[in-house]
Amino acid sequence: MKIPLVHLAHTRSGDKGDTANVGVIAYDPEDYELLRGALTVEAVKAHFGDLVEGEVERFELPRLHALNFLLHGALGGGGTVSLMTDAQGKVFSTALLRMEIEVPEAVAERAQGRGRTPSNYDPTTPVP
Amino acid sequence: MKTIRVGSGQGFWGDDLDAPVRQVEGGPLDYLMMDYLAEVTMSIMQKQRSRNPEAGYARDFIPLMERLFPTLIEKGVRVVTNAGGVNPTGCGEALLEVGRKAGVRAKIGVVTGDDLLERLPSLIAEGHELRNMETDEPLEGILDRVQSANAYIGSTPIVRALEGGADVIVTGRSTDTALTYGPLIHEFGWDDPDRIAQGVIAGHINECGAQASGGNAMVDWWTIPAMEAVGFPLVEVSEDGTFIVTKHPGTGGRINRAVVTEQILYEMGDPSEYITPDVVADFSTLDLDEIGPDRVRVHGVRGRPATDFLKVSIAYVDGWKATGTLVYAWPDAADKARAADRILRARFDRLGLEFDEVRTELVGWDATHGHLAGPPPADLPEVQLRIAVRGSDRASVERFTREIAPLVLTGPPSVTGFAGGRPRVQEIMAYWPALIRKEAVQPHLDVRILEVT
Repeated sequence: MKIPLVHLAHTRSGDKGDTANVGVIAYDPEDYELLRGALTVEAVKAHFGDLVEGEVERFELPRLHALNFLLHGALGGGGTVSLMTDAQGKVFSTALLRMEIEVPEAVAERAQGRGRTPSNYDPTTPVP
Repeated sequence: MKTIRVGSGQGFWGDDLDAPVRQVEGGPLDYLMMDYLAEVTMSIMQKQRSRNPEAGYARDFIPLMERLFPTLIEKGVRVVTNAGGVNPTGCGEALLEVGRKAGVRAKIGVVTGDDLLERLPSLIAEGHELRNMETDEPLEGILDRVQSANAYIGSTPIVRALEGGADVIVTGRSTDTALTYGPLIHEFGWDDPDRIAQGVIAGHINECGAQASGGNAMVDWWTIPAMEAVGFPLVEVSEDGTFIVTKHPGTGGRINRAVVTEQILYEMGDPSEYITPDVVADFSTLDLDEIGPDRVRVHGVRGRPATDFLKVSIAYVDGWKATGTLVYAWPDAADKARAADRILRARFDRLGLEFDEVRTELVGWDATHGHLAGPPPADLPEVQLRIAVRGSDRASVERFTREIAPLVLTGPPSVTGFAGGRPRVQEIMAYWPALIRKEAVQPHLDVRILEVT
């Protein structure tokens, strides 16, 4: 079955000129290999479509259960040239969290709800 | 075993003003590093200095030091910062005045020589082409539009200033990471690339402030405690380069494996090749251990000898831009906003306005995820139309700023949110990354010690 990446991994992104970087970190180290298989350069490039004009590069950090992607030509020229709200790619990685990933049922069950606020969460209550 | 504590006080110019105070007063610390510079900051500072020769540095640093100087001297916490921007000397002199008024005895180290703006014509004449790292074009073609040019400098002048007894070190475009590992090289006398590379990752963790202690952290963010008084990260470093990321007790935030991993991946390129002026660090073998509450040990980073080059950050003017916004309300908010966008673009054509790019986003629907957001929900309660233009013809951009407000009475209904006045025309500062041989910069680096007596 397919579930969105948001339940399997957390991400962080930033910029270098017109290139956005997207770091993807497995919530559960067990899922790292699964993500390595699913998040190929081709699959990530296809997911973003015309949001990424240039090449996609991928680097592996197995000890951190993480992958790092460089998305070239993703920031409308980057820096102060870019007309995008997210000119520095700060939230670019969250668009990858929408990607649907094929997983075994047991993984889907374990990952359910991960990465989203619980239904009883109240943002107005301080966290001590 | 000797341990050195380097704490982060600012992650960018505009960060939490009280964070450095919490970092210095909240517990033991040896060094406070403060990063004020980003790619675009130098050109802003250069512009400020062209209007006022005494400006051109991070002004916030001065009132901060008015609050902190006596405590820093009393506790023996030394400050390393790139607040000097394009005018480290002006910053150092302002600081001297602060020190005098506060009645402290202190030494201020001022590092200069990273600023290449005045030297560009002679550097080019000597054969330094400063080709754009992305396009491979030589700098000469845009030389007359360059606003700032600074070499990213490493630990050498910081170490020299510390050896000279400086209590506060003000630099220009030091790399963000050198503000942390400079003091470590000074304290431990490291020359082994593996240890310096450990120092680099310590610097990378410190350089964005609270982003390594719970800020902007994704994992269970809703459970991270007391973010209203978040403790900024600090590193406790041993002689062998191993270090622990932590924060002072009683402060808010969270430091665990997930938070530190996110910061490590921030703005990461090839993790096996993180190039700095002092070493090429390889993060691919890096390991993290959670060893206690808010304590993560970092080890396993490898280093290779540095390259023969320094990176140069160049900013040049490249046209004009402006951004206008309007808010459309339910019902059919997205349809109204898109129709308004079409009408506006047709008016640009009728007026013969010339732009290199016109970009439309519907904030509340597709501004950050583009087509991945899917079609707009049928019952979207409201949406902000955000339309931005850029081009080399200033008059066209100027005219654009006068075309937004008329839409309120000449376009689709239920529109508001135009209280802010006309959009502002901004000059675009484009970024030109280049490399330069070290020997063209290193001999020009200078460290001056100013004494407050």
